Amino acid sequence: MAVCIAVIAKENYPLYIRSVPTENELKFHYTVHTSLDVVDEKISAMGKALVDQRELYLGLLYPTEDYKVYGYVTNSKVKFVMVVDSSNTALRDNEIRSMFRKLHNSYTDIMCNPFYNPGDRIQSRAFDSMVNSMMMQVC
Amino acid sequence: MEQGPAGGAGGGAASSGGSGGVLLALSESEQQRYSELFSRCCPPPEAAAAGGSSVGELFRASQLPPDTLHQITEVCGAKRVGYFGPAQFYLALKLIAAAQSGFPVRIESIKNELPLPRFPALKADGEAWYGTPAELHPGKFQLPQAALEKNSYKRADEGDKQEAKSPPLSPICSPPASPSTYQRMALTYGYGKSRSGLEQQHGAPYEVRHSAHQQDGPGSYGAKPALACSTLSRSLSVEQEQQDSSSHYSDDPWRITEEQRDYYVNQFKSLQPDLSSFISGSVAKNFFTKSKLPIPELSHIWELSDVDCDGALTLPEFCAAFHLVVARKNGYQLPERLPETLLPEYLQAASLKPIHDCTLFDSYSEALPGAQQSRDFSRAEKPSAEEAPASPALLQDGKKDDKQALQGSAALKTIPKEFQHLTMKTAAQESSALRARPRSRSYSSTSLEDAMKKGEEPPTPPPRPQKSHSRASSLDLNKIFQQNTQAARSGWLPPPPPALPPRPSVSQTEQPSEVELHPQLSRAPAQAEESSPAKKEVVLAQPPSKPARRKLRPEAQGLETPELSPTISGTSALPAAKAHLPAQKQASKQKRAIQTAIRKNKEANAVLARLNSELQQQLKEVHKERIALETQLEQLRPVTVL
Repeated sequence: MAVCIAVIAKENYPLYIRSVPTENELKFHYTVHTSLDVVDEKISAMGKALVDQRELYLGLLYPTEDYKVYGYVTNSKVKFVMVVDSSNTALRDNEIRSMFRKLHNSYTDIMCNPFYNPGDRIQSRAFDSMVNSMMMQVC
Repeated sequence: MEQGPAGGAGGGAASSGGSGGVLLALSESEQQRYSELFSRCCPPPEAAAAGGSSVGELFRASQLPPDTLHQITEVCGAKRVGYFGPAQFYLALKLIAAAQSGFPVRIESIKNELPLPRFPALKADGEAWYGTPAELHPGKFQLPQAALEKNSYKRADEGDKQEAKSPPLSPICSPPASPSTYQRMALTYGYGKSRSGLEQQHGAPYEVRHSAHQQDGPGSYGAKPALACSTLSRSLSVEQEQQDSSSHYSDDPWRITEEQRDYYVNQFKSLQPDLSSFISGSVAKNFFTKSKLPIPELSHIWELSDVDCDGALTLPEFCAAFHLVVARKNGYQLPERLPETLLPEYLQAASLKPIHDCTLFDSYSEALPGAQQSRDFSRAEKPSAEEAPASPALLQDGKKDDKQALQGSAALKTIPKEFQHLTMKTAAQESSALRARPRSRSYSSTSLEDAMKKGEEPPTPPPRPQKSHSRASSLDLNKIFQQNTQAARSGWLPPPPPALPPRPSVSQTEQPSEVELHPQLSRAPAQAEESSPAKKEVVLAQPPSKPARRKLRPEAQGLETPELSPTISGTSALPAAKAHLPAQKQASKQKRAIQTAIRKNKEANAVLARLNSELQQQLKEVHKERIALETQLEQLRPVTVL
């Protein structure tokens, strides 16, 4: 039950960003942007080892007062960033992992579409619906 | 007034009605209508009683609430006698008419003059509709009067709705040139039917059907006006389908008809002759881009139709995608989810037994194979046929070579597909980590590529430890030495060990054969056979990867040519001379002479190359011996000095 989900390309520009509609969505965009630094840090830390050995799930990137940010990197340096509400304590690590796995699967499905040029914004309805299912339902 | 053959029955019905001996007063039109309905509901041989199920359907088609229908059944006496005899049937029809006019379901109400009962949702003979005009045989146009009448009632029902719906036609975005005919046809159906009179409406679709190809449709009489209305309703909006209680064949715009399927299959063949294989993503992309739909929509269509998400379209997936494109061009909104009738499993099962149903697109599909769309896509056929080989250009050369060649095109077609899969895979390289779905195709392509790479670069085996040069296996060499007069050095050396020739020498032997083969494409099979015996000698002494290479050679000669041509080292004048010779392309006699000369030169070349390598091996061994001796000397020297 994420609050914000973003897909960042290798060159660190967003391919897809979707957040729960609140009054201050820009805050989430900013959070995702700053989390990219943390992601790069984590990647480079493991950089000595072979790329294959590097795990894709990065875990908790950093917590803030209101929410936590989780990260995930693919082998082609496409990053998934997920912002989760801190009050949602029921969310365990495994669940986050499974959410990232679903994201990754949907992303590869998009890649298989020949009409999708890598580097374009993601406009797939299937991807949208999948992300919607993972977002928190705001009453 | 009870008239006609049913008069007696009517009288009997009246008497046996059981409900107080009601005399059913049927007007002539009612008489006809009821008798026709009755004969429809009960099969001719047993004219005694109407089939319960068909009667039930008929009653439901009257769109009365179920409890009313129950009441009617009770009142008309069918419940009591247990079947729908003519009396009960006629009574029931009368009661339906009464109920539809708003009267209570009572015997008394039918004493009045009532209009004919209306069955808006009536289906033809209780069977599935045969949807569009094209399906019907023009020969069966003799509509009985009653059908026309029934149609008039239906039209009264639907006419208002049609009027309401026809304005929305205009906002439908008209797609560009070629499918505009389809839209025009839809519009003519819509406007024509809602505005013109009954006869004209019938006339127009009949002509269309006449001009259409004739199929063996069952063409029941009631079907046609029903069809006309159904075509109309479908062409206007999808919501009208809710008029029909069930999603029958003809209502479903997502159902592929036989002609459409044939057309799609032909298009598939133009892109990919092997029907059981796939069309790769890029080929399909080029093909569907020609339909001039916007890219996001094409992207969505792909998402819907590529069910297994492998980046390629099998035949049923392709048919589904094509159908969605056609639907979109005709103004249908794309669904969020793939309809059941377009699922690959369904389509594959359907392809086994032909379905004689038609949808709206039948009328459009007349034009499809004819003019417009084929113009659009036939342009695609040629360019796509050229484009598909364009990307693996090398393989295409090999393809052309192979038209008469031994190995046949099947193996070759899998290679382009797999190479394209390989490119897909590199675009989506992260897929390998996590995919739950099997991606065997892309995996096999990588292995094939690896195998081919290995074939290209045979590793040198370790040198033989023999110091003596006694060899038994180079008998061929001896033969060649004796035969070949050019090799005056035949008596030069005892047969050296069969070391592996390093790559450049192999390329030397390959290269002349390549060069001579390349300009003489038509002689490819003969060349392959000629070169293969020459190669066999080379092969014997070489590692097992060589046969793999030779096997691949007839398949992918074109592939090797660009790889080998850069390695033209021109180490000897002979290959260069040979390059010139075949390039001249003189008369066939000269060609043959040249070829024999080339063959001999090749053999000599092979021999010399092997000699060279063997001598080099010997040189290495001698060097090693020398080094060993020198070290020994070093070790001994201090002893002597001291």
